[in-house]
Amino acid sequence: MASEDPQGTILETEGLTKEFRGFVAVSDVALKVRRGTIHGLIGPNGAGKTTCFNLLTKFLPPTRGTIRYDGRDITNMKPAEVARLGLVRSFQISAVFPHLTVLENVRVALQRARGGSFDFWRSETALKGFEPRAMELLEDVGLTAYARHTAGELPYGRKRALEIATTLALEPRMMLLDEPTAGMTHEDVGRIMALVQRVAKGRTVLLVEHNLTVVSGLCDMITVLTRGRVLAEGTYAEVSRNEEVKAAYLGTDPALQAEAPHG
Amino acid sequence: MAEGTIATAGGIAARHEETGLWGFTKPQAVAFLLMLAFVLVSPFFLYPVFLMKVLCFALFACAFNLLIGYVGLLSFGHAAYFGMGAYITGYAAKAWGVPPELAILMGGATGALLGIPFGWLAIRRAGIYFAMITLALAQMVYFFALQAPFTGGEDGIQAIPRGTLFGVFDLTADLTMYWLVAAIFLAGFLLIHRIVHSPFGQVMKAIRDNEPRATSLGYRTDDYKLMAFVLSATLAGIAGGTKALVFNIATLTDVHWAMSGEVVLMSLVGGLGTIFGPVVGAAVIITMQNYLAEFGAWVLVIQGVIFIACVLAFRRGILGEIAHALRVKL
Repeated sequence: MASEDPQGTILETEGLTKEFRGFVAVSDVALKVRRGTIHGLIGPNGAGKTTCFNLLTKFLPPTRGTIRYDGRDITNMKPAEVARLGLVRSFQISAVFPHLTVLENVRVALQRARGGSFDFWRSETALKGFEPRAMELLEDVGLTAYARHTAGELPYGRKRALEIATTLALEPRMMLLDEPTAGMTHEDVGRIMALVQRVAKGRTVLLVEHNLTVVSGLCDMITVLTRGRVLAEGTYAEVSRNEEVKAAYLGTDPALQAEAPHG
Repeated sequence: MAEGTIATAGGIAARHEETGLWGFTKPQAVAFLLMLAFVLVSPFFLYPVFLMKVLCFALFACAFNLLIGYVGLLSFGHAAYFGMGAYITGYAAKAWGVPPELAILMGGATGALLGIPFGWLAIRRAGIYFAMITLALAQMVYFFALQAPFTGGEDGIQAIPRGTLFGVFDLTADLTMYWLVAAIFLAGFLLIHRIVHSPFGQVMKAIRDNEPRATSLGYRTDDYKLMAFVLSATLAGIAGGTKALVFNIATLTDVHWAMSGEVVLMSLVGGLGTIFGPVVGAAVIITMQNYLAEFGAWVLVIQGVIFIACVLAFRRGILGEIAHALRVKL
């Protein structure tokens, strides 16, 4: 699936470092994500995965290092600017707008296409044009029946699906998903995995994940972080044979050992 | 600030209802017609000056609710825009002989001009810090009003002439003044409803619900929050200016922090995040103040008890509870 084109790097970091009052959460991380791949970022608890993720999406400013996205230095950009370049993130906790309807959740993302929406004098009917596309996106994730419900009422797994539909509404060139299956039941995990696989066509996905089954099933390339550093990089087969990786997982979180096949 | 501590009733309806004219749902349209009927008929039964006071505060509370109910920002300094609106309208009408329609617009402009820098500063923080910054800035305005020569210090600006509307309608007659106040209130109310149901309002509500997510969708949320803040301050200034003309007076009471507290109370009693709640809340509080005035300081005690009762038992406010019970949006 991965293209071997060396020019095909979409996201690249160099010496990415984040310190919180002396504590180094992310240290000198060099990450290369190739265009069109699903790239996994894994590691035991406290490895710096989420911090790394927040740095890439500019929700946190790095202490040192650079981030390049699509050939452009985005190190000093604001999060909304990065989103406008097509680098769109999800959140670890389900990020929907709970008091808006499911349809409105997606529509408010599609509405970005108008540019700024400062027209407070105009009726909402100005947004009707976005609704057919919103319904298409909802159909994609199997939420058509819920379109007129308020999003807060949806069960957890469906909220994650709505979140993905909302993210897709922006036509992102690259999606960053923060533990998309966290806290889900088995059936939901399967459904979200299939969904991610489907929406990843023609896009790049960077996935932070705890669940190794998900990673092995989805990712073309995996970067393993421990204590804020890159420990190993490669395909699932490669990193799962890596002695250091095994030690890191065994040493810090035995629960994960059980999950890791051929561990 | 709104989420977690105070239940907003904005999203209680299980299903999104089809909206008709001006974005009203059916229950809202019924409520609006009832309110309209009351506004049109009541001056023939009730004392118009009292009703005008209710309408001025209702507009003020609606303006405040635009921020807390639909953007999730708790301003604790809205008296600054209300009070300075009253001063500027009063001064313009009295000292410069500005006609009432223009004087009231100047009150609104005052609210906007204060709202831009104050909002710009305050939106840098969220939650309780936002409330504290707005309070601190409003206290600065209070001391300015106390010291500045044109405000008349402790005396305030008195004997503000109501003037002649468009050079035709003599507003010294209470009933004529009432129709102007009613028109301003209704226009303000409909404008707020339109703001909430505009493309801008959609983004506003998204920010209220989940600001980081709105940012991740590419919205510069600070710009939207500032815009909402300035709109709210403008309408508060208009409400203050109108009130100054009704009572021929603009005083320190209008810029005092207790006024900021009162508008919070009105919105809370009526129902945060409901479009009609602040109107009901303002009517209840003003009625209480008027009819319980003979109890003197006890009014405050009674208000305090109502406030506590609301927070404990009717967290959604009067209208919020009704809307919740009927499973509709009001």
